[in-house]
Amino acid sequence: MTIHAHFKLDWPGFSLDVNLDLPGRGVTALFGHSGSGKTTLLRCIAGLERAPGGYLDLAGEVWQDADRFLPTHRRPLGYVFQEASLFPHLSARGNLEYGMKRAAAKMGRAALDHVIELLGIGPLLERRPDQLSGGERQRVGIARALAVKPRLLLMDEPLAALDLARKQEILPYLERLHEELEIPVLYVSHAPDEVARLADHIVVMRDGRAVASGPLTETLARLDLPIHLGEDAGVVLDAVVAERDAQWQLARVTFAGNPDSGVWVRDGGHAIGHHVRVRILARDVSLAITRHSGTSIQNILPGVVELLADDTHPALALVRINVGGVALVARLTRRSAHDLGLVPGQIVYAQIKAVALIG
Amino acid sequence: MSESDLQALTTTLALSGVTTLVLVLIGTPLAWWLARSRRRWSVAVEAVVALPLVLPPTVLGFYMLVALGPKGPIGGTLESMGLHHLAFTFTGLVLASTLYSLPFMVQPLKDAFAAVGTRMLDAAATLRAGPWDRFFSVVVPLSRRGFLTAITLTFAHTVGEFGVVLMVGGNIPGETRVLSIAIYDHAEAMDYASAHILAGGLLTASFLLLLTVYFLNRRYMVVYP
Repeated sequence: MTIHAHFKLDWPGFSLDVNLDLPGRGVTALFGHSGSGKTTLLRCIAGLERAPGGYLDLAGEVWQDADRFLPTHRRPLGYVFQEASLFPHLSARGNLEYGMKRAAAKMGRAALDHVIELLGIGPLLERRPDQLSGGERQRVGIARALAVKPRLLLMDEPLAALDLARKQEILPYLERLHEELEIPVLYVSHAPDEVARLADHIVVMRDGRAVASGPLTETLARLDLPIHLGEDAGVVLDAVVAERDAQWQLARVTFAGNPDSGVWVRDGGHAIGHHVRVRILARDVSLAITRHSGTSIQNILPGVVELLADDTHPALALVRINVGGVALVARLTRRSAHDLGLVPGQIVYAQIKAVALIG
Repeated sequence: MSESDLQALTTTLALSGVTTLVLVLIGTPLAWWLARSRRRWSVAVEAVVALPLVLPPTVLGFYMLVALGPKGPIGGTLESMGLHHLAFTFTGLVLASTLYSLPFMVQPLKDAFAAVGTRMLDAAATLRAGPWDRFFSVVVPLSRRGFLTAITLTFAHTVGEFGVVLMVGGNIPGETRVLSIAIYDHAEAMDYASAHILAGGLLTASFLLLLTVYFLNRRYMVVYP
């Protein structure tokens, strides 16, 4: 099951031209700066924006093509807006029920109760939107979108209008949703930390074009197009907690697809076997030709140089290393790379100075 | 209050009621279109709608009289179809009042509709509401204040009109003689006592009406979070 989307728009000062195949499960991040067209793309998918000549199907069910345009209210989708956009004349419960009264497919009582519990909005249901905080409103907005039992969930920067504390309040809910939802989610964001925590797949938008689209881990490790999630290039890896060291408060995580690999991270309190994500920035990885001893760096992994590429500054280079099937990216000065004589195929030791555990 | 004054009161209330009802029906879609349209000529339509605000009522009344009369485009057409022209009739009065009070219905509604914004409509569309459903389940409840203001102003404005009625309706008891004209007649005839009863009654009623509206408006306040 996949989503095919093809849209072309020509507006004064802005054009959109995308042709995407997106996975039918998991969270796909539409990532890019403001003005890159990611929200417009999402609105085209929802049918809120008409792109004549566009094409969209969800698992073979056509929502738009040359002869058809299914209006928004007939599309089985859920939409979470940047600002919660709750109806101010209805209570939180009234907002939840608005869509449920109208949807052909709707959540059963038990499923709805579960979503209410998952998002922690049970005590808020009788309140009006102006009596809710920004974070609470957004949680009601998410529940409202899920209550119509959508087959595709569209989220337009659901955290962008919130301050840092509110974001931290909602992110865990989103992560729980991510684990439980069976439907594809398109998540528009310009925030690297949200993408790193939530996305399985990433579409990078620039000037109305999709410049990259692929699984998150692979795409971040691409050097032809270093995707700077935040101030620096780096990779995000799925990992499992394999071992916990109570004495030093450390945990060893192994990367998916390579149980022998492993890095020590600060123990985040996760049980053994728990799935986590780690983020390793290129600037925190250095390379050595021989295995060093007498260094403070604990995480040293042997690997093979795959590719060298230029970085943003002419003095710097990015090197992709294959560590038993897992890609890491290291940032070196070009002089270091030259002095070490790095070439593809060479065996090196990646010294990882910092690993961030993200959710 | 004399028999004829009572008749004038009934005529006034009937005229204002019918005019307000007609204007709710045609003013609502017109205001919606004006609030949503981005076409350049919608500005021209807006100016036409606002025209009765600045035009002397006698000017509007004069043209309406010509149009509705036996030789006018509306009255003439009716005559040729074997019907009666509309000058000096209640129906003619309703038509003229509708035009005259149009801005009082359209302006508040247009502002209320514009304040609802596309965001709410988009949200309703993603929750399976079709266009009509969106209008009645989101726009109307969020525009309650606008409707209340528009309906009250239209009604009160129609009660108070004089020039247009005089031109189009004349002064036919039971048909086109309304309160404002009755007051004028009493004053002309130096019957200040009768004029006082009607004028004082209108003043009090108008004040109470507006008081109620402003009170309700405060309660109907929509808070957009």
